[in-house]
Amino acid sequence: MSTQPAGGHALGVAMKRKEDPRFLHGKGRYVDDLSFPGMLYLALVRSPYPHAEIRNIDIVEAMKVPGVKAVITGKDLEAAGLGWLPTFHGFDKQMVLAIGKVLFQYQEVAAVFADTREAAADGAEAVQVDYAPLPVVADPFTSKADKVLLRPDREQKTNHIFHWEVGDKDATARALASSPKRIKQRIWFQRCHPAPLEPCGCVAYFDTMGRLQFHVTSQAPHVYRTALALVTGIPEDKIHVISPDIGGGFGNKVPVYPGYVCAIVGGLKIGRPVKWIETRTENLTSTGFARDYHMDVEIGATEEGRVTALHVATTADHGAFDAAADPSKYPAGIFGIVTGSYTFPVAHAEVDAYFTNKAPGGIAYRCSFRVTEASYAIERGMDILADELGIDAAELRRRNFIKKEQFPYPSALGFTYDSGDYHTTLDTALERIGYKALLKEQADKRARGELMGIGLSSFTEVVGAGPSKHFDILGIKMFDSAEIRIHPTGAGIVRAGTKSQGQGHETTWAQIVAEELGLDPQTIMVEEGDTDTAPYGLGTYASRSTPTAGAAIAMAARRIRDKARKIAAHLLEVSDADVEWKDYKFQVKGVPSKTVTMKEVAFAAYTNMAQNEPGLEATFYYDPPNMTYPNGVYVAVVDVDRETGEVKVRRFVAVDDCGTIINPMVVEGQIHGGLTEGFAIAFMQEIQYDAEGNNLNTNFTDYLIPTSLETPHWETDKTVTPSPHHPIGAKGVGESPNVGSPAAFVNAVIDALSPLGVRHIDMPITRDKVWRAIHEARRG
Amino acid sequence: MKVNVTVNGTVYEREVQPRTLLAYFLRENCGLTGTHVGCDTSSCGCCVVVVDGGRAVKSCSMFAAQADGHEILTVEGLASGGTLHPLQQGFWDQHGLQCGYCTPGMMLTSYALLKQNANPSEAEIREGLAGNLCRCTGYQNIVKAVQQAAGKMREAVSAGR
Repeated sequence: MSTQPAGGHALGVAMKRKEDPRFLHGKGRYVDDLSFPGMLYLALVRSPYPHAEIRNIDIVEAMKVPGVKAVITGKDLEAAGLGWLPTFHGFDKQMVLAIGKVLFQYQEVAAVFADTREAAADGAEAVQVDYAPLPVVADPFTSKADKVLLRPDREQKTNHIFHWEVGDKDATARALASSPKRIKQRIWFQRCHPAPLEPCGCVAYFDTMGRLQFHVTSQAPHVYRTALALVTGIPEDKIHVISPDIGGGFGNKVPVYPGYVCAIVGGLKIGRPVKWIETRTENLTSTGFARDYHMDVEIGATEEGRVTALHVATTADHGAFDAAADPSKYPAGIFGIVTGSYTFPVAHAEVDAYFTNKAPGGIAYRCSFRVTEASYAIERGMDILADELGIDAAELRRRNFIKKEQFPYPSALGFTYDSGDYHTTLDTALERIGYKALLKEQADKRARGELMGIGLSSFTEVVGAGPSKHFDILGIKMFDSAEIRIHPTGAGIVRAGTKSQGQGHETTWAQIVAEELGLDPQTIMVEEGDTDTAPYGLGTYASRSTPTAGAAIAMAARRIRDKARKIAAHLLEVSDADVEWKDYKFQVKGVPSKTVTMKEVAFAAYTNMAQNEPGLEATFYYDPPNMTYPNGVYVAVVDVDRETGEVKVRRFVAVDDCGTIINPMVVEGQIHGGLTEGFAIAFMQEIQYDAEGNNLNTNFTDYLIPTSLETPHWETDKTVTPSPHHPIGAKGVGESPNVGSPAAFVNAVIDALSPLGVRHIDMPITRDKVWRAIHEARRG
Repeated sequence: MKVNVTVNGTVYEREVQPRTLLAYFLRENCGLTGTHVGCDTSSCGCCVVVVDGGRAVKSCSMFAAQADGHEILTVEGLASGGTLHPLQQGFWDQHGLQCGYCTPGMMLTSYALLKQNANPSEAEIREGLAGNLCRCTGYQNIVKAVQQAAGKMREAVSAGR
């Protein structure tokens, strides 16, 4: 499968990953692998109640447990001015440890520090908390009524967090009212959880210079450094954040969690290193959940199936604190991409968010801030419209796609789509799956009463946040950065403000440098995640690494090339203007025999640079001029067992357009993984709460991760329309499959059940739900 | 209590609590952190090791005390000298890992699988790996990695190596 680059050409090569050997030998360094002399372990006491007043916390017995060194509570933190933690997009704050009351089950109530992991757990068991239960608000619709005020700490005495809207409300209403065809559907994207296999954790200590050394599972180490400086008052130069190897993130490792703050406070108070590693249950019950959008989707169309208007009204469940890590101007993320791949002349989208007695979050789970919810809404909506009109789902999409020649395309909700060729992507997907033959097979099966479905999703994402005029987190603009140093021997190092969690940056970043400079990618080291060495960056999430840091790397490399050209001119004994960069070498214009390599220039930069400044390095901070718009067409084929409700995904074809491909092997790997997560969301996963606010999915026996047995075989293909504004034309790909695939699965199941009159089933589409839908249809 | 466990050919004599799990014994008492812990319910398989040469065991479901007198193979013991084990080579060549967290468990489960069945079909590999979760790869390249390793190991056997 993998190959090695040759002759300078490195972009588009399926190069084996440079980071793999350490993982293959078991020598990866994840946070829990770190150990320091005198290190203590932190365990958290958590609330069994979803909403309760805390009458008393008794730590006497806990302090008697052998090995326990200290117990701290919310009152202790409040006294130190650390009781509350601002959430990333700056609209809300969350309790570090409960103060006065708890607002969700498993909320952090007290922190126990002990010599060993076991003693800390024993100590946490021994903390006695006296709770007085309060009425529970377990869903946003109940919350809306404001009968129980959940957050009296806020100035606004309501559970309503925000109303956000975009588009022309009146024009949309008029267009819908005058449309000959209309569909309307309530679609819920259920609460789910990223659940990376490595839980969240950290080790914090203060070194002999009094500097905080903070090793943490963070997708955004620089943002952590600044946030910690702002929250704790520790000067930013006295904070060193290190993200070591990360065992998957998927958005879960973007927010700052209470355990981190407790570890730092404990480290300072006790004067010893403190390790906190959450359990799987703690991960699923208290750290960033995703989605939980109830979306009322309304589409208008002509008789011929031309879309005329789109309206989406969303009720969002944000849990106890508004901890969605969205950019500050985007409380509902980039939900405005909800017009999808289609030429809606007018549209209006609105979101109302509410507090409930559930864990906080609303993070971007393998998703560019609510793009997954938007994509699911429009792709389900288009299928319901196709069904209503009696037009083939592929044909309806074809009629409404933005055409290749319409790019750059201004959408009704304010985005400027960069590039795409949706018709070719659709044709490629339909050809790969054998669409016509499948339709024939389906017709034959329907005649026999068998349930077979074909589901399409032709999504467009918006990623790479983002341009500084629109995007910031805590005020920090969402640029990203790279620093490249080329050593005298032509080897080098590139450092970036991003942080790989399995995406393969140590390989792909080296490939970009190698391509731009004609060097060997094997000798370009990549370093990320260390705030002392890497230039400031906003981190890796929202498919932003390649659109932002990838661009910064290419631009920094070009700066190096500009300087190298001067040294090359000196070596070639010609003027700068007579030197050109050709075939990965400097050449005297028109004289192919007179060349110098970048390796030779690198040596000269330190040994024979003439009047030029010595050295060969550059830094670039890249402020993207626009977002990028990866897109794709996915087709799922399913067979549904009438008697049991079992759904079998027979085939799945994914055709992705992520622009220029840096490493096709890595891109394919990302697509396989994202499709598997989309499959899980469509069929298996939900963080459910009962009416009393109890979390029902607290570990991997209840929150299901697909195994090798259920996971379908993935077939992949591509179209390539490079992004016109990105230095190498790349768009980002990590999230496309997770954004685009849930609708394809659901559309396929509903297509299978449509002869029975079934119009919609909310995810996860379990066997039980399908069986009930079939039986209700039979009865009805 | 004292236990005496042979890990990757080295004898570790250590004082442990009766409740110490083998996974933590390996990580904290032996310093072999390639064995990972990803859940609390023996669901994920990140901690799989091979016991007594052929049995894949989730080391979070075994006490260190139960390993007393037994031989354990962890990921750190897979390569011989500077040569990667065919499974390690297969995972590398076929892009069978991304974040790397599940990889040690995947390889050791595959090691035990190939001991029992030198030429497994794709279905047999998928069934054999069903106790090991991966969030990154979608398993397809892991299956290819195991197939590549199985092929190389059969070649080595038939060449008498």
